[in-house]
Amino acid sequence: MEALRDMGLYRHRRAINFLILCASVLTTLFGLLWLVWLLWTLLSRGFQYLNLSVLLEATPPPGGSGGLGNAIVGSLVLTVAGVLIGAPAGMLAGTYLSEFARQSKIAAVVRFINDILLSAPSIILGVFVYEVIVVRMGHFSGWAGSMALALIVLPIVVWTTEDMLRLVSNSLREAAAALGAPRWKVTVAIVFRGARNGILTGILLAVARISGETAPLLFTALNNQFWSRSLNEPIANLPVVIFQFAMSPYDDWQHLAWAGALLITLTILLLNILVRVFLKAPKSRF
Amino acid sequence: MEEALTSLMKTRMRRGVIIDGLFYHGTRIFAWAVLTVMVAILVSLFMGAAPAIGKFGFGFLVSPAWNPVTKDFGAFVSIYGTLVTSVIAMVIGVPVSFGIALFITELSPRWLKRPIGIAIELLAAIPSIIYGMWGLFVFAPFFGDHMEPWISGFLGPVPLVGVLFSGPPLGIGLLTAGIVLAIMVIPFMSSVMRDMFEAVPPLLKESAYGMGATTWEVVRHAVLPYTRTGVVGSIMLGLGRALGETMAVTFVIGNANRVHASLFMPGNTISSSLANQFTEAVGEMYTSSLIALGLILFLITFVVLAVAKLMLRRLSDTRGSRS
Repeated sequence: MEALRDMGLYRHRRAINFLILCASVLTTLFGLLWLVWLLWTLLSRGFQYLNLSVLLEATPPPGGSGGLGNAIVGSLVLTVAGVLIGAPAGMLAGTYLSEFARQSKIAAVVRFINDILLSAPSIILGVFVYEVIVVRMGHFSGWAGSMALALIVLPIVVWTTEDMLRLVSNSLREAAAALGAPRWKVTVAIVFRGARNGILTGILLAVARISGETAPLLFTALNNQFWSRSLNEPIANLPVVIFQFAMSPYDDWQHLAWAGALLITLTILLLNILVRVFLKAPKSRF
Repeated sequence: MEEALTSLMKTRMRRGVIIDGLFYHGTRIFAWAVLTVMVAILVSLFMGAAPAIGKFGFGFLVSPAWNPVTKDFGAFVSIYGTLVTSVIAMVIGVPVSFGIALFITELSPRWLKRPIGIAIELLAAIPSIIYGMWGLFVFAPFFGDHMEPWISGFLGPVPLVGVLFSGPPLGIGLLTAGIVLAIMVIPFMSSVMRDMFEAVPPLLKESAYGMGATTWEVVRHAVLPYTRTGVVGSIMLGLGRALGETMAVTFVIGNANRVHASLFMPGNTISSSLANQFTEAVGEMYTSSLIALGLILFLITFVVLAVAKLMLRRLSDTRGSRS
């Protein structure tokens, strides 16, 4: 009798286990389904409109013919400027956290704030830059856009730099110091070199992140229908153009939006895959 | 000869000390810059929001008005939309993320772990605006045609809950926005949960298995108690992301400044109001009210993310990975 009840309990436990494991498999399939669906949508809707004129010609007026050339160039300019402003600042801050102030209170506070910045809504950064730069200058500009992007790059690079410098073993630092190298030389020539791939990973991930960011550019870089050369005026950029064209009632604008969406996504996925295959990806954090 | 050498060494050392000082202070300035950015954001948002706060006071939080003509503004509709869409995202996203983390850590064959992990992380890398376009042009029509009639037929007659799922199946609206948000935060939550689960000492799990526990019982009674704070932290992290997500929501929420009982109806979130109206806002009070919305969003996400961070940090402290 007792044994029978035990068998029943055992079967009950097995059944629950089986159900939950099935649910776990289903949720994984559910998660992957969206990736497939998204990529399929992009390919089926965008691929047919991808051609050379999309890359080379400027954004058209409704009904006219044209491409996304100026937006692509604008996006490249904004991204490069954003990384050039944000990445060195982030690397220096990360160096301080790892090399000079590892255990200090101030480092703990900076880490804490940095992690919050890392996940802060990017549209807030747009509002902030609007108030600080756009209002002061009196007009939208590429500089404002790249500042907003730099504020997204900064926390990513601070975090990856610190993490990667920490991985460099202390005996390397001590060996260099024992040879009489001053602290800065130890850091730059030994520690940075050891962590080079990791830091590069951080910067590439930051590039991937900002090349699709739309919200912070809406009120900063705005948009421009023409080939804009100067960062001092509103500048065309892919995300905002996609937003504007996708929401428009014109068919040819919508087609360009899908082509642009495909282009952006492929670039970002490629960057991510390259980073994961060839470099060391950092631990997932905020 | 010897004298020249020592003097050379001395100048070198002196130069080293000077550059060291410059290097140290240079890095320190940029570490402080991180803090300065945070403070500057808060200060500038407060200053920008000051006219609206001065005029409407705390009533701003509960007033459903949003009228650019009479210059009467309130945050209630946007706050409601933000909270409702985020709650929907959590209700769907938390179990799914947990399931994915469970699959990767306990079930998946070794060779499949990395590809699935990468695929989920790629989902996180796709920009928000792509989710928005897909949501508006592909998912919303599908959802409105096939799922919403079915959901309202199924749940509509249920008392209390029914009112949430009644009304015309428009496709766009709070529910759709919540679902798209769920898809967007699943990668963040599941990858943090996976890292947590993987950090559980094998000894702990093996002892549970050794007692005859099933896989689920091991997770329920050994893994989950060990990682409880981390799991809650990862959920808060996902919530923080969901609250501030902008472009995807802007596409599918419908941009209507009204509170409806039904989740099928269009609404607005704080971030979608900002994205839609900020560049068009004319007049000081309009802009200032929008910035006040931004301030509210920033404060909410700050608190949520701070809690998430504290919970995740306490966990990593006990694991000793901080050293």
